[in-house]
Amino acid sequence: MSTVPLGAQADEATTEAASPVPPSGRHAHGRHLAGRVLPPLLFAIFVLALWELLVVVTGIKESSLPKPTQILEALWQERSLLWENALVTMKEIAVGYVGAIVLGVALAIPIATSRVVERAVYPWLVASQMVPIPAIAPIIVIWTGFDMRPKVIVIALVSFFPIAVNTIDGLRSTDPELTNLLRTLGAGRWRRFRTAQLPASLPFVFSGLKIAAALSVIGAVFAEWVGSSEGLGYLILTLNNQTATTEMFAAIFVLALIGIGLFALVSLVERLALPWYHEARRADDGDEEAS
Amino acid sequence: MTGSHAKLEVEGLVKAFPAAAGRERVVALEGVDLRLAAGEFVSIVGPSGCGKSTLFNILAGLVRPSSGEVLLGGRRPQELLGKVGYMPQKDLLMPWRSVLDNVTLGLEMNGVKRREARRRAKERIARFGLAGFERRWPTNLSGGMRQRAALLRTFLAGREIMLLDEPFGALDALTRQAMQEWLLEIWQADRKTILFITHDVEEAVYLSDRVYVMSGRPGRMQLCVDVPLPRPRTFAMIASPEFVELKARLLRPLHEAATRQLEAQGAHV
Repeated sequence: MSTVPLGAQADEATTEAASPVPPSGRHAHGRHLAGRVLPPLLFAIFVLALWELLVVVTGIKESSLPKPTQILEALWQERSLLWENALVTMKEIAVGYVGAIVLGVALAIPIATSRVVERAVYPWLVASQMVPIPAIAPIIVIWTGFDMRPKVIVIALVSFFPIAVNTIDGLRSTDPELTNLLRTLGAGRWRRFRTAQLPASLPFVFSGLKIAAALSVIGAVFAEWVGSSEGLGYLILTLNNQTATTEMFAAIFVLALIGIGLFALVSLVERLALPWYHEARRADDGDEEAS
Repeated sequence: MTGSHAKLEVEGLVKAFPAAAGRERVVALEGVDLRLAAGEFVSIVGPSGCGKSTLFNILAGLVRPSSGEVLLGGRRPQELLGKVGYMPQKDLLMPWRSVLDNVTLGLEMNGVKRREARRRAKERIARFGLAGFERRWPTNLSGGMRQRAALLRTFLAGREIMLLDEPFGALDALTRQAMQEWLLEIWQADRKTILFITHDVEEAVYLSDRVYVMSGRPGRMQLCVDVPLPRPRTFAMIASPEFVELKARLLRPLHEAATRQLEAQGAHV
């Protein structure tokens, strides 16, 4: 029998995507990174310079609006105070955030897999978000006291929702035809969940985790305002009473850093856990640039 | 066409979907008969919406027929699910699995150990034109490669009967031609029983031992034509008078149906 050249060759003549070398090599990747980091950095420097200039020109008092250089100085001078309190807040956020993940996923799985549970629970899940958490924070303090517990609970309550909703959407995103294919291969419900539903949901889950990261910092500050004797939120409140505006700005800066750090950490984990997802997105980017 | 050892036999298959709110009862299939001997390559052509996919879903065990019988090797199985290989129109490769882990899916679901599954996949991967792409994500593959990966997945699942639903439908004409030749070689090598759906009459004649023409709404087998062309088939046969005559014979009812449909929609032909 004459061996027809494997369809591969015919294909490669007609399509472009199948080159054995990834279209974006290491070099292109490096350029990508610089392209991502440099513009926001330059923009930040520009804004800060403008701010500095504005304060100098208008002569605003430091207690109203300190100069960025003064904030930088305060950051250095108060570094041990800031660090101690940051440690407390970071610990609260870490525990609360993990709590939010557990709560969010634990709610999402039964809701996404059972119609009955969905009908009974989902409306209440949405309704729960209409309750302003800040309003119930004092009640949580009454129930649990002034230690770490109310903070962790408030953080978890503030940030579980986007995780739950995104996980539900993700678990429902499985192509029903893929489910059917797995059925014809003899896969039962648990197998189908593990092989298709769960991995398909992960990009959604990570979207939820990123939103939750930002919310968790807000939750931490709030929880500390309601009742606390340490942490950055508490520190900001105390500094506010002393009209120590510059130090307040420094504390806010550290809080923002914590939020950014958590977000970056989640993004990094996502990159490592879902390499296929990022490669697909990069390929899409490449297409856009090419066209 | 009698004899008791048909690999796959379908008798009087009817599928009606009950009337839902605001919709009428739809009869998708009305008395479909079908017969495949072991090692045969049989195609079904029909207009879109003729119930081909419903038929496949029934044969794959995904949908229960309203009445009629599906026999495998002369027997009525307790459960059809998992008995026949099924390749839907979409390749359904999982983007989070490497090509290798995608093609071993069927083996994995059958409880074959990972190492053994990979060994079996690697034996065939070159034949499917995927050598060197084992570790890549499906996103990086061309359309033809994706289809071959999906076919390899179906082959490796090891079922003796395979249902292929327009596997080359989304490919460009040139790739498609090459893929048809390639598929015939693969099939000739281990003679699985293949039921192939397409709306391309030429493709059906070129590939098959027999071609069924289905009529639409409700779906019925309208015509059954044997293809007496010798094997192995060659590209040159497409121009032979025999081939052309067969093609015309099969196209006639399809053309009439399409014209009628267009007229029913108010267009003037």
